[in-house]
Amino acid sequence: MAQLQKQAQEKTDALAARLGSLDLAAGGFAPAARKAALARLESMGLPGRRDEYWRYTDPAVFNAETASESAPLIVEKPIFTDKDKVRLVFVDGVFDAAASDKPELAGVEITLLSQAGAQDIHWASALYGTLEAAGQKPVPRPFAALNTAAATEGLLIRVTGTAPKPIHISYRQNSTTSDPILHHCIKVESGAELTLLETGITGARSNIVMEAQVEAGGKLHHIRPQGRSHGKQLLTHIFARLAENTLFKSFTLSMNGRLTRNEAVIEFTGDDAVAHVAGACVGDGAFHHDDTVFVTHDAERCESRQVFKKVLKNGAVGVFQGKILVKAGAQKTDGYQISQSLLLDDDSQFLAKPELEIYADDVICSHGSTSGAIDETALFYLQSRGVEKRVAQTLLVLAFLAEAIAEIEDETLAEEIRERMEDWLHRHERA
Amino acid sequence: MLEIKNLHVKLEEEDKVILKGVDLKIGSGEVHAIMGPNGSGKSTLSYVLSGKGGYEVTEGSAMLEGVELLDMEPEARAAAGLFLAFQYPVEIPGVGNMTFLRTAVNAQRKARGEEEISAGDFLKLVREKAKALKIDAEMMKRPVNVGFSGGEKKRNEILQMAMLEPKMCILDETDSGLDVDAMKLVSEGVNALRDAGRSFLVITHYQRLLDHIKPDVVHIMADGRIVKTGGPELALEVEQNGYADILAEVV
Ligand SMILES: Nc1ncnc2c1ncn2[C@@H]1O[C@H](COP(=O)(O)OP(=O)(O)O)[C@@H](O)[C@H]1O
Ligand SMILES: [Mg+2]
Repeated sequence: MAQLQKQAQEKTDALAARLGSLDLAAGGFAPAARKAALARLESMGLPGRRDEYWRYTDPAVFNAETASESAPLIVEKPIFTDKDKVRLVFVDGVFDAAASDKPELAGVEITLLSQAGAQDIHWASALYGTLEAAGQKPVPRPFAALNTAAATEGLLIRVTGTAPKPIHISYRQNSTTSDPILHHCIKVESGAELTLLETGITGARSNIVMEAQVEAGGKLHHIRPQGRSHGKQLLTHIFARLAENTLFKSFTLSMNGRLTRNEAVIEFTGDDAVAHVAGACVGDGAFHHDDTVFVTHDAERCESRQVFKKVLKNGAVGVFQGKILVKAGAQKTDGYQISQSLLLDDDSQFLAKPELEIYADDVICSHGSTSGAIDETALFYLQSRGVEKRVAQTLLVLAFLAEAIAEIEDETLAEEIRERMEDWLHRHERA
Repeated sequence: MLEIKNLHVKLEEEDKVILKGVDLKIGSGEVHAIMGPNGSGKSTLSYVLSGKGGYEVTEGSAMLEGVELLDMEPEARAAAGLFLAFQYPVEIPGVGNMTFLRTAVNAQRKARGEEEISAGDFLKLVREKAKALKIDAEMMKRPVNVGFSGGEKKRNEILQMAMLEPKMCILDETDSGLDVDAMKLVSEGVNALRDAGRSFLVITHYQRLLDHIKPDVVHIMADGRIVKTGGPELALEVEQNGYADILAEVV
């Protein structure tokens, strides 16, 4: 008992210190939602290593009062440059109007969080913090509540038709100590469709939340190549609520990064909806990458797919925590989950916790998790045909990642992602 | 073309000796066959020549056109002109058959200091060679050997051989698992490649493949050694009497 009290006290103290470094008084859009989020946060406290949900990933750098220094990789080429899109640029979490396209797109309303307070846009006040609050059960996600309470910027995007081109949120980092808290709200109205690209380095340490509500028949495609930097401390949450007949597809590419945790919380509230969350990550050395996914089926005949692939070398660590919860009555659910790691040496490790919790009797759910090395037989076969060992290895690694990349519907975007991975693999072939 | 001298090989991980002094000399343009009971070391010989890991050469040498093969990486041996049609072709999920072939062709060209083949020329060449082996476009799109039948896998090996145009071709039980028609296709594929500058080492259990691919020399391998060498008639003798007589004779 004393132990538990001590733990609770530690959490409260850590939270007080963390909140001390934030400018909550600045307020902003949706003051009531922010206040409620702060109350949620205060009741749960910040996570510690003893929390089951943080068993494999140490939350210390996110708990710290300030960000650890991290320099951006200046050399990274911009991605998706050939695609016609509306590009919105954030530098260290601050919107850069001069570098951005006009936030205008047929069938889409785009507003900045920092400017929404002055306007009367009701749709976003109903969404802001709502899915995050719902996503706190059954597992608390304190940093998401912190985000709702303290976000300084973000995009409020409402889609009413088929967006003629993608919206591209392009992040950039200039400061080595930036610590942005961004909160995006996306609402895809009935029958509407949007492709959302999210690219680049958000900051030295970042806390990014996206709440996405997709109404009946709506479609949301989300492709997120997270920028390369070695020191970044990145925490993201996606909260998606899906009505009937919707489609939600989210793919994340991660290369490098001292600590990344990408959480996705998906909830099916309408029948016949489809959600695919996928991730491919490659890490070399000081790299810790955590994918934490929670899918709740609370409707009939929905299909969820989780496909996560990690390539790890030189002591890199990969984590996967994935859960499919099928509530009573969610009949004909089709849930699939695969998490796999390819360990290129003995120093790297993969920690996986796949979970199924099913309360309906007529469902198909499967999960699998594997961890393995390069297939030596296949490697020799390629070499025996004249392919150099390192090239053969890269080919096999790309083959391993293919199932995750296949989750991107747009062929040209998928190809660019594939090329990024290939470039990275070539650069890291020697060591 | 290929000269193997006193080759001794053991397993790397355990003290098991598999090849106990193999001597073999194949001239340019010749076709040699190796027959022998299961477990006599035929596949091991082909693997060791192509550079597979897990084996340790304790003695001997293997020269391809005067160059020591045993010191080279597997890919260098391939670039030098060696090709092994595997007894058990390997499945590679996620790598398309076409990508695999083009990567291989270009890798060898690069190693020899030649230009990469253009996408158009490559396609034309593959189509022509695949057609002769009755390999359809759909099979080329599939991942390497994944979901291929036994016969398809073997034909795919011959397609690779035809595309890579090696000087020294080793065929390890390419006939096993083939029906009569497939055997004919494969043999025709091999015969089309016969050339004064190209040699073959055909490993097989059965005379019937040698009806199609006529060998110049036949060797019998037993317990890690070549125990008898003769002309095509030796294969007929094996077919009729089995190995027992020959083995009894040499002991
Ligand atoms: N990697 C290996 N591990 C264990 N035993 C092996 C290995 N490779 C070959 N052998 C053994 O060596 C002997 C020769 O095998 P192999 O070369 O496949 O013969 P063949 O092809 O003539 O049937 C067999 O006894 C086989 O079990
Ligand atoms: Mg064999």
